[in-house]
Amino acid sequence: MGCGVSKSSQFHVQRCEKAAVLIQMWYRKYVARMEMRRRCTWNIFQSIEYAGEQDQIKLYNFLGYLMDHFTPSSSNLICHIFRENEVCRDAEWERYFCYKNIEIPEVYSGPHLTFPLTASQAAGLVESFKNKQQLHSRYVLQLLLETWKLLRILPNINRVSTCHSKEISICGDLHGQLEDLLLIFYKNGMPSMEKPYVFNGDFVDRGKDSIEILLILFAFLLVYPSDVHLNRGNHEDHIVNLRYGFTKEVLGKYRVHGKRILKLLQKIFSWLPLATVIDHKVLVLHGGISDATDLSLLAKVDRHRYVSALRPPKKKPGSEDQLSMDSDMEDDSWISRVSAGTRRRASLTYMKPFASRNDFQHRSLQDFSRHIIRPLREEPKDRRRQAEFTLSTLGHLSSLSAHSHCAALLLQIVDLLWSDPMSQDGCIPNEVRGGGCYWGPDVTEQVLSKNHLQLLIRSHECKQEGYEFCHSRKVLTIFSASNYYEVGSNRGAYITLGPDLIPHLIQYQASSMTRELTLTQRVGWTEHSALKVVREQLFAHRSDLTGAFQEFDKENTGMISLNDWARAVEAVLHLGIPWRVLRSQLVPNAPDGMMNYRSWFRELAIKEPDTEHIHQALLETVYRHRSTLETIFRIVDTDHSGKALGHAPAATVSRVQTRSVLSRV
Amino acid sequence: MEEENKEAVISEIHRRIAEAFNVFDNESSKSVDVREVGTIIRSLGCFPSEAELHEMIAEVEEEEPTGYIRFEKFLPAMTKVLMERKFRPIPKDVLIQAFEVLDQEKKGYLEAEELKKYMTQEGEPFSQDEVEEMLSAALDNKENVIFYKDLVSKMTFEDL
Repeated sequence: MGCGVSKSSQFHVQRCEKAAVLIQMWYRKYVARMEMRRRCTWNIFQSIEYAGEQDQIKLYNFLGYLMDHFTPSSSNLICHIFRENEVCRDAEWERYFCYKNIEIPEVYSGPHLTFPLTASQAAGLVESFKNKQQLHSRYVLQLLLETWKLLRILPNINRVSTCHSKEISICGDLHGQLEDLLLIFYKNGMPSMEKPYVFNGDFVDRGKDSIEILLILFAFLLVYPSDVHLNRGNHEDHIVNLRYGFTKEVLGKYRVHGKRILKLLQKIFSWLPLATVIDHKVLVLHGGISDATDLSLLAKVDRHRYVSALRPPKKKPGSEDQLSMDSDMEDDSWISRVSAGTRRRASLTYMKPFASRNDFQHRSLQDFSRHIIRPLREEPKDRRRQAEFTLSTLGHLSSLSAHSHCAALLLQIVDLLWSDPMSQDGCIPNEVRGGGCYWGPDVTEQVLSKNHLQLLIRSHECKQEGYEFCHSRKVLTIFSASNYYEVGSNRGAYITLGPDLIPHLIQYQASSMTRELTLTQRVGWTEHSALKVVREQLFAHRSDLTGAFQEFDKENTGMISLNDWARAVEAVLHLGIPWRVLRSQLVPNAPDGMMNYRSWFRELAIKEPDTEHIHQALLETVYRHRSTLETIFRIVDTDHSGKALGHAPAATVSRVQTRSVLSRV
Repeated sequence: MEEENKEAVISEIHRRIAEAFNVFDNESSKSVDVREVGTIIRSLGCFPSEAELHEMIAEVEEEEPTGYIRFEKFLPAMTKVLMERKFRPIPKDVLIQAFEVLDQEKKGYLEAEELKKYMTQEGEPFSQDEVEEMLSAALDNKENVIFYKDLVSKMTFEDL
C-alpha cells in the first residue's frame, strides 16, 4: 500500500476485518452444531448396540438361573435348550461332519477347492466372492475341518517376529463387511510369506458376508500358517451369533448343511487363539486387559473349553478332582469324544443358596446381571471360599477348587475379549457391555511393564477415524469396518508394523460415494438412521409415554410444553439420549414451545400396527423385545426348522403364536 | 410468581447444559476434554469468538490445567452466559451484510479464492482444514463460486 491511504479505504479495511470475524464466528458455530449432532448420533448407536449386548447377557443369565434351579425332571424344555452335545456322541461326530457324501451338482458354478490348498486357490476364492459367488457346502465343510485340525495345534498366544524385515499388517473388527476386507487387500496386498497379517477378531455378525470373510481368512491361514494369525473376538461365540446375525446368515445361505457348518464353527471359534505377541513387545488382542490379566496363565489354559463367554466350561461327570479336557484328539483322529450327557452346567455366578420360588418371581432380569461377574471379581479370596463352602453343602458341584480356578480363568478370557479402556485409573466392571471390565492407564502400565511389553493393540470399539490412541499412546484401538453404523459414519483403518515397531495407520472408507459427501451430508445421513431407531423406541413405549405426558397435562388438553416432553421421555426410556438437543428433529411441530402429544404419536407411527387380534400393549412389548424374542426363538428352534418344540410348557410361546407375532413386527 | 418462573427457567437451562455436556462425557466422569468445550458452548446457541471462547475456558479450567473441564465449574459459568444472553446469535441479515462487505463488486457471489483469502488472512483466521471444509459445503460446483445468500439460508438454525 502506498502512502496516503485514504480514510475511506482504511474504513473499508476495518469493515472487512469485522465482516470476516462475523463470518468466521458464524461458521464455527455451524460446525460445532454439526459436531454435536454427529456425537449424539454416535452415542445413540453405541448405546443401543451395547444395550443389545447387555440384554444378551441378561437373557443368558436368566436362562442359566432357570437351569440351575429347576430339576431336570420338571423342565425338559430347559434341558433341551442347554443340551449341548447329546445329539453328537463319539462316532457320530465323524458321520456328522463328513463332507464326503455331499455331492456337487453339475450346475454349480462356484469355486472348486482341492486340498491341500494353494495360494492361487486362496486368491481365487477372494475373486469368486468378489463376484458374489458362493462356496459349496462340501468345500465349506472340508475347509473348516482342515482349519479345525490346524487351530488345535496352535498355542493360545501366537508369537510372531518382524525379523527378515517383514512388515506385519494388523486388522481390527470386520463384522462381515467383505468390501472392507477387499479394500484392505487391494491397498495392502493379500497375505503371503512376505506379507504377514494379524486379524484381531470380530470377523462375523452384523455385516452380510461373515461366512465369506471367515472362509477367506481360514483359506489364507491354511496356506500360510506361519504368516496369518487370527485372534478370537467376542463375536466368535455361537451364542452371540444367535442374536447378531451370523447364525441367520449361515442358515440362509446354506439351507441344507447350515446347521452342520455352524456346529463345526462353534468348535473352531473355541480353538481360535486368544492373543498375538509381536517381537515380545507388542501385544495384540481383541478386547483388552484387566488388573487380573496373567499372560503366563493364559498361555497354559485349555482355551477350547471356553466355548462361549456366556457359558462356563463343561465338566466331565464322575471326574472328581480335575476338570476334564474336551479331548477331541485321540489317535490323530479328529473324532471327538464328547462328555456324555452333561445335565447341569456349573453355576458360574450364582453363589447364593437355593432361592425360593417367591424370590424368583419378584426378580427382574436386571437383578441377574448383577450376579454375573462382579461378585466373583470383587470377592476377596476368603469370602470366595466361604461361598464355595455354602455351595458344597448344597452338593451343587463336585469339585470346588477346580470350579473357582476355572471360573477365574473364564473371567480372564472374558476380560480379554470384552473389556474397554477408560481414562481414569483403576479397573471396574464393564456394566455397559455386561461383561469384561473398564481398565485405566495404571492397569495398562502394570500389565505392560510386568510382561516387558511396550504397546497394546486392540479392537472391539468403533472409532470415527478407524483408530484411536489412548493411555499415553500405549494402547491403540484399530477398527476395520468402515461405515459401521451407517453410510459415512466412520472410516476403517489397519496398521502396518515394521521392525521398529512404530505403528503406521492406513485409513479408508468403502463405498466411493461417501468420500465425496460433505460433512453436512454425512452427518445428516447417519443422523437420519439414528433418529429412525430412536423413533422406533419412542413408538414402542407409547403407552408408558402417554401416561407420563398425562402427568404433565392434568386438564387433559392434549398439549404439553417441550420441557415437560423432554423430562417425560427421559423418565420413561432411560436411554441417556440428549432429548433437548434432538428435540427439533423429533418434535418438528411445536409452536410456542408447546406440542400436541396425541397427534405426535400418530405422526411417529412408522406403519399402523394391525391391532385386530393383538392387544396394543402386548404388541408394544413384543416390538420392544423382538430382538430378544428372536434369539429365544432361535435357541428353542434347535432343529432350525422354524418350528419350536411341539410340547408347549408354560415357559415358551407356542410355535404359531411366536411366528405370527414376530411376523407382525 | 416471578421467582417460580425464574427458578423453572434456571432448572431448564441446567438440564440443557447437562445434556449437551453429557454428549461429550463418554465415561460419565463429569468432565470433558477441554477441546470439546467450544463445541458444547456453541451447540447451546452461543456465538463466541475464538478470543471470547479462550477467555471462558480460562475461567472454567482447573488452577493447574489438566486438559479436562469439570462439570461443576462449567455449569455455573455457562448458566450465566445463557441467562445474560451473551454471545447472541447473529441475525441472518447482518450475516449477509458481512458477506456483502467482502463482495465489493456486489456480484451476489464470492469466488472460492476470494473467500479463502479472507477466511485465512483476516479476522480470526481459519485453519486449512476449516476453510477447505467450508468451501466443500459452500461451493456451487458448476460455477466454482459461493452464492452467500443461499449459503446463509442453508446453514442457519432455529435456536431452541
